[in-house]
Amino acid sequence: MAEFWDGYLWPTIWTVIKIVAIVLPVMLSVAYLTLAERKVIASMHLRRGPNVVGPWGLLQPMADGLKLFLKEIVIPTGASRGVFIIAPMLTLILALIAWAVIPFSETMVLSNLNVGVLYLFAVSGLGVYGILMAGWASNSKYAFLGSLRSAAQMVSYEVSMGFIIITVLVFTGSLNLVDIVKAQEDVWFMFPLFPFAVMFFISCVAETNRHPFDLPEAEAELVGGYNVEYGGMAFALFFLGEYANMIMMSAFTAVLFMGGWLPPFEFLSFIPGPIWLILKICFLLFVFIWLRAAYPRYRYDQLMRLGWKVFLPLSLAGVIIASGVAVYGGFAPGLQ
Amino acid sequence: MIVQALAFYLFAAVTVASAVMVITAKNPVHSVLFLVLAFFNTAGLFVLMGAEFLAMLLVVVYCGAVTVLFLFVVMMLDINFVELRQGFLQYLPLGATIGIILLAELAVVMGGWHFAPEAAKAGAAPIPAIETMTNTHALGAVLYTDYIYLFQAAGLVLLVGMIGAIVLTHRKRTGVRRQVIADQVNIDVKDVAEFKKVESGKGV
Repeated sequence: MAEFWDGYLWPTIWTVIKIVAIVLPVMLSVAYLTLAERKVIASMHLRRGPNVVGPWGLLQPMADGLKLFLKEIVIPTGASRGVFIIAPMLTLILALIAWAVIPFSETMVLSNLNVGVLYLFAVSGLGVYGILMAGWASNSKYAFLGSLRSAAQMVSYEVSMGFIIITVLVFTGSLNLVDIVKAQEDVWFMFPLFPFAVMFFISCVAETNRHPFDLPEAEAELVGGYNVEYGGMAFALFFLGEYANMIMMSAFTAVLFMGGWLPPFEFLSFIPGPIWLILKICFLLFVFIWLRAAYPRYRYDQLMRLGWKVFLPLSLAGVIIASGVAVYGGFAPGLQ
Repeated sequence: MIVQALAFYLFAAVTVASAVMVITAKNPVHSVLFLVLAFFNTAGLFVLMGAEFLAMLLVVVYCGAVTVLFLFVVMMLDINFVELRQGFLQYLPLGATIGIILLAELAVVMGGWHFAPEAAKAGAAPIPAIETMTNTHALGAVLYTDYIYLFQAAGLVLLVGMIGAIVLTHRKRTGVRRQVIADQVNIDVKDVAEFKKVESGKGV
């Protein structure tokens, strides 16, 4: 019995506790990210933003959540029921499981995978299924068009994302996220690889279907895109998934290019690592919101052109240049 | 060990069940979605065997890219499901033959292991030992040294396939107005827009 307790039960309980300790703050951040977005955009538009529910509107996300929770979920008659219901769940689950490999400090990581980067890449690539399934199962032309756009967009930008990740990997020699952060102790990769960091972040924006690449839900032409037939909690799950994905992609960018938990200067190292990571994530999220307020939506052919004719050749060239610099400049680890 | 065994049977059962659903599902879109489930669970089996790199590649390449495009095509096909079912008996002999050949090949491999147990061990042993190196290093160490020519040849085959697909599907259309990005970038901003300095909160 003791062996069963020590060998299986206690590790399982301990892992569940750690998962809850990661997921709860993420869900809370998602709720307040929606408020932050509305507040930040409001001040950029010289408006007040939500300020009625609670002090400074701080309870607005709770009110929104409650409203969506109480609404009835309507399933269209022509819908493929199973797929229709699974799609929003899949979106949120995929946005949450990615957090398993994000390192908050050298030891604070739920699962220290040897292939952490690939895991994140795989999970973000699977995100397209939630949208495709939602669009197809709704049996509605607007939803379907939105999901087709989204699929094409995510597949296109994933290619250049993959190449940019390779430029980073050339200098780290490891697919482990903890090792990648440790390789940035001298200099964050953002500085030597600045163009790639920018391209990676833009690809992240396209991958999460955010403005100015939010073609899948272009309200002006597609009513609401892939989630037009969803209401109540099912819609809320898509919403949560989109925002959780934003936070996750910000964390991914912070780990790859901005030194993860590392402080910017040595004398600031008394502040614990997780706080630095959170600050970096907050900065990137602010940029996400800023982009939404500052830029108009891309046209679809321009979006595809940017992905295939600009980012793909540039990132491919980047891989070759970075490998050359790494090999002949002696930066490549594990090379004698 | 019992947890690993349970996980194996879970992944294996879901893989087989979803593979069966791929060929029996009435709706082709459901088939493709079950295919994704099958790939995903196969990745789980790879992880159980300690091949985490292959597992992730399976998810990235097959689930994340190939099947998405597949789904993309299947969703847009205008298929008559009744018509689709009709050819079943006509194609049964061919399908059955292929199935029997595959089964026979599997039997030959298994039989080889039975009669020469050392051959099975040689095939299963990881090179080098799994404790000394991560999956990724081990694969890279053989792929880019011993098998570099085969690797390059595989790349060439893919390149030819890609160019072929583009050549076959590309068609020149007349009367299409194209956007010339260079012209647009070279426009002098002063010719097309007027800039006004507006103080915050005042309006024009």
